[in-house]
Amino acid sequence: MSDPAVRLSGLRKSFGAVHAVTGVDLDIADGEFFAMLGPSGSGKTTVLRMIAGFETPTSGTVELGGADVTRLAPFERDVNTVFQDYALFPHMSVLDNVEYGLRVKRVPRAERRERALAALASVRLEGYERRRPGQLSGGQRQRVALARALVNRPRVLLLDEPLGALDLKLREEMQVELKSIQREVGITFLFVTHDQEEALTMSDRVAVFNEGRVEQVGTPAEIYERPSSAFVAGFVGTSNLISGEAAQAVLGKEGTFSVRPEKLRVTGLGEPVDGAEHSATGTVSEVVYAGPATRFVVELDAGGRLIALQQNLQVSSMDVMSLRGTRVRLVWHRRHEFAIVS
Amino acid sequence: MNTTANTTPPGPPPPAAPGAAPRGAAAPAPGGPRRRLAAFLHRHAPLRLSLLLSAPMLWLGVAYLGALAAMFISALWRTDTFTGDLVRELTWANFQELLTAEVYRTIALRSVGVAAAVTLIDLVVAFPMAFAMAKLASPRAQRWLVIAVLTPLWASYLVKAYAWRVLLSADGLLGWGYGLTATIITLSYLWLPYMILPIYAGLERLPNSLLEAAGDLGARGWRTFRTVVWPLTFPAVVAGSIFTFSLSLGDYITVKIVGGRSQLIGNVVYDNIGAANNLPFAAAVATVPVLIMLAYLAAVRRTGALENL
Repeated sequence: MSDPAVRLSGLRKSFGAVHAVTGVDLDIADGEFFAMLGPSGSGKTTVLRMIAGFETPTSGTVELGGADVTRLAPFERDVNTVFQDYALFPHMSVLDNVEYGLRVKRVPRAERRERALAALASVRLEGYERRRPGQLSGGQRQRVALARALVNRPRVLLLDEPLGALDLKLREEMQVELKSIQREVGITFLFVTHDQEEALTMSDRVAVFNEGRVEQVGTPAEIYERPSSAFVAGFVGTSNLISGEAAQAVLGKEGTFSVRPEKLRVTGLGEPVDGAEHSATGTVSEVVYAGPATRFVVELDAGGRLIALQQNLQVSSMDVMSLRGTRVRLVWHRRHEFAIVS
Repeated sequence: MNTTANTTPPGPPPPAAPGAAPRGAAAPAPGGPRRRLAAFLHRHAPLRLSLLLSAPMLWLGVAYLGALAAMFISALWRTDTFTGDLVRELTWANFQELLTAEVYRTIALRSVGVAAAVTLIDLVVAFPMAFAMAKLASPRAQRWLVIAVLTPLWASYLVKAYAWRVLLSADGLLGWGYGLTATIITLSYLWLPYMILPIYAGLERLPNSLLEAAGDLGARGWRTFRTVVWPLTFPAVVAGSIFTFSLSLGDYITVKIVGGRSQLIGNVVYDNIGAANNLPFAAAVATVPVLIMLAYLAAVRRTGALENL
């Protein structure tokens, strides 16, 4: 087994009395597309900055490909960063921006030009070489920042909220594009995001951050289907908790359990329930029509509330809106409910 | 019963507009004369702008440009050699004298040299200081440093110049004596805040991420400075240099206090107004720094720095 691309051991960082990172251990494999997901202030960006070398850890180590780089300056590390604000040099052309790292490393002129043009082509920006960053759109700037980092063929590419400044449409396009670029170049991508959907759709594995620690590491499916804590369940999707007396009444067991909204079926009270299924009755208190799907907020008779997401396959907005206030039965398969460790 | 409630609102009736013409089309500005005036100005933006600018424009036109024009015109007059009276006849004699007399050329060149030296020294001292203030100091320390830089500006120019006189005098703390070097040192001290503050403001506007990006791409400190920091703060440096250069070029007091026997353009102007009682010649000499500054501004304009100020 070769050394992981990135290994963080016992990583901590405090700014005065503020403990931004309180003990992070992570192994990120070569060629992995890895997401660090968490709310703002959860320490994910600080971890990224410690890997890049912009911050020095209070304690713990950062290893890149087996070598300890904890005390090295950014320019001594084989990583490159795509900054949240892109940080393109405004006084240089697009080509000069992309060539910057190669020029610093004294790559001969001809090779430099060739590699920069290839990098710009890989992000579909041929013909923009002479432009200034100020003359580009947000999406184009983002791709220049990507080309400027990738052209150096770093061991690890760090991306700090790379799509945060883009509008929804562009963001969805770039999600697909980033993924395909990563597959092409085969470089380890490590990116920070607070957008759970972005983390789930793009990455091979996700680390969920909360209050300076990693709550859970796993594939998107593991994180979503089997969240290990109430925080993960709540941050990645809707938590839908059943606990206390309601858990006793509905499930017949002690503890806190969760079912994802799309796993629930909204049926009439008289519908038959399979032996492999659980069900609970309640009253629809709120109906939120969202185009392709509708969200039902159901107050359970046993206590607590569940949110159910139903695709609008056969129904119109009129049909679903009329369901407010009606009594329903929520049905789900037992294997879709999971216990939450508190 | 919603519909009836909406058509006849309960509560107090709407206030009657004074002198009310039928509401809507005819009376856009109800209320007193002040309200009407405000509304009128609101609808006539160019008029509003010119009213607001009238005082400063008057000041610029009369006090500044007018005085400058008066100076240029009086530079073309002369004084009667015997009576010392002003003779209001146009002549190039003053400028001919300026251009042909060796001593004035020497003094002009010396003044430019002093101004350039002061600018250079201030730049070398101010840049690291401004960088430390803008990029390294904590926000709290930053506030204190800005105050520390500003404080000397609140003290009298004369007090500071005399303080240097005491420091530099042969039996003073430094004891380097008076002369051109002393003048350059004192002027550098006096104008230093005018160089620090624009550079500090320029560095403040420079995003930290640009510095990090350069380091991330492999550049060390000096290279980051040369390729990123310097080109992006150059307009701020030019702004600072305009202050230090023009203030030094026009100075005549510092050189009187610590300059020993050396003379700058300002002294020539001063002596001709006072002792020599030759106002037209003083005016002619005074045009020299104005022309030098215009040439300097034209030169920095070519670098594109002024557009970024």
